Amino acid sequence: MANKEEILEGLAEIVNEETGVETADVQLDKSFTEDLDIDSISMMTIVVNAEEKFGVTIPDEEVKNLKTVGDAVNFIENAS
Amino acid sequence: MTTLKQSAPQQYSRILGYGASRPDLSVTNDDIAGPINSSDEWIRQRTGIVTRQRASENISVADMAIEAAQDALKASHVTGEDIDTVIISTISHPYATPSLATIVADSIGSRCAAYDISAACAGFCYGIAQADALVRSGVARNVLVVGVEKLSDFIDNTERTISFLLGDGAGAAVVGASAEPGIAPTVWGSDGSRWDTVGMTHSMLEIRNRDFVENPVQEGEKIWPTLRQEGPSVFRWAVWEMSKVAQKALEEAGITADELGALIPHQANERIIDQMVKTLKLPDTVKVGRDIVDAGNTSAASVPLAAHRLLQENPDLSGRFALQIGFGAGLAFAAQVVVLP
Repeated sequence: MANKEEILEGLAEIVNEETGVETADVQLDKSFTEDLDIDSISMMTIVVNAEEKFGVTIPDEEVKNLKTVGDAVNFIENAS
Repeated sequence: MTTLKQSAPQQYSRILGYGASRPDLSVTNDDIAGPINSSDEWIRQRTGIVTRQRASENISVADMAIEAAQDALKASHVTGEDIDTVIISTISHPYATPSLATIVADSIGSRCAAYDISAACAGFCYGIAQADALVRSGVARNVLVVGVEKLSDFIDNTERTISFLLGDGAGAAVVGASAEPGIAPTVWGSDGSRWDTVGMTHSMLEIRNRDFVENPVQEGEKIWPTLRQEGPSVFRWAVWEMSKVAQKALEEAGITADELGALIPHQANERIIDQMVKTLKLPDTVKVGRDIVDAGNTSAASVPLAAHRLLQENPDLSGRFALQIGFGAGLAFAAQVVVLP
C-alpha cells in the first residue's frame, strides 16, 4: 500500500504526462482547476490513469469532490 | 406435409459504397461562443472543433437523407429498384410516426420495407449490423442504411454541455451480397442504467402536461426538448469502455490493429478520438477519421460522413479494413470491422 508521499509523487507524474504541468507544482494544497488549470476532460484522464496506477476505483460521482491534489491523495490512500 | 420455404442465405455481405450530404452553413466557434460565455480557443482546446456544419431552416432531415441516399446508390452502382430495405437512424426526424425511411424509400422510387431505428450516435453501426444480417439471411438483397441528423433543431444556444458540439448532415451506405467476407461480427450493446447521461431535457408529455397558466414560461426558459449530457462521465465511458469494445471487434474480426487501414469512430469530440487512438495503441499507419474538426458532432451521421471523407481523401484505402465504432445516448454502442468499398 502506497503512503501519502508515494501517492503524491505518482499523481504528479500522471498530471505531468497529461497536462505538462511540472511535477514540482503538483502540491497537496493546489486546486486542479484554479491553480493547475486542468479541465474536466483532462481530470477524467488523470482519474483513470490513477485508478490503474494505484489499483483503486474512483467513481464518476466522486471525481467532482476531488477539488485539490490533497483531496485526491487522501481518497486514493483511503481506497487502497 | 409440404415443407415450408425459408429465404436462402448468402454467405457474405459487404458495404458497396458510401454517400454523404453536407449542409449549407459553416458555423464558427466565434458565432456560438457568446451565449455560452466561451471563446474559439476554449472550444478548440476542449473539442478540436473549428467549425460545425449546420443546415438552413428550409433544409429538412428528409432532404439531407435523400441526398446522401442517392449519393450512396451512385457510389454502389445500384438503383432504387435494387434496394429492398431502407433503415434510417435518426433522433431528429420531428415526427414519431410515420418513419423517415418511408419518405426516403419513396424518393428512390421504391416501395420496399422501410423503418427508422433509435440508437443515437451508435445508430449507423446498428444499421450496418442489421443490414449485414438481413443480406446474409437472404431476407434482403441490398439494404440502404442512412444516418441523418438535423441536431440544430434540438439545441439550446446557452447550454454548455453539448449544444456547441453539434452539427447537421447525413451519411449513407448500401450493403449487399459479396463473394468475400466484408463485414465482421458486430460487437454491440447498451447500458440503460445510464439512460440519463446523454439525452433530451424534456419528454413531450412533460411539455403537454404543463399548466402554462399556473406556471408561465419565464424569460430565457426553454420549453422545447434539447440535448444535454454529463460530459466528463460520457468522456470516460467513451474512451475507456469503448476502447475495450473496439478491441473486441478486432478480435471478432480475427485481425490486429496494425492490419487496419482506418479507424472511423463516432465524431463526438476530438479528444475522445485522440485518447482512443492512444489507448488502442494504434500505429501511425492507421488513418483516423477526424471529420469533427469542421463538421462537428452529427450523431448518427458522423461515422458514414467520416468514412465517406476518408475514402475521398485516401482512395488507396479501398479494399482495406476499417473499424467503425458508434457510441452515445442509451448508452448504446456498436463496433464492426468492414472492408472499405
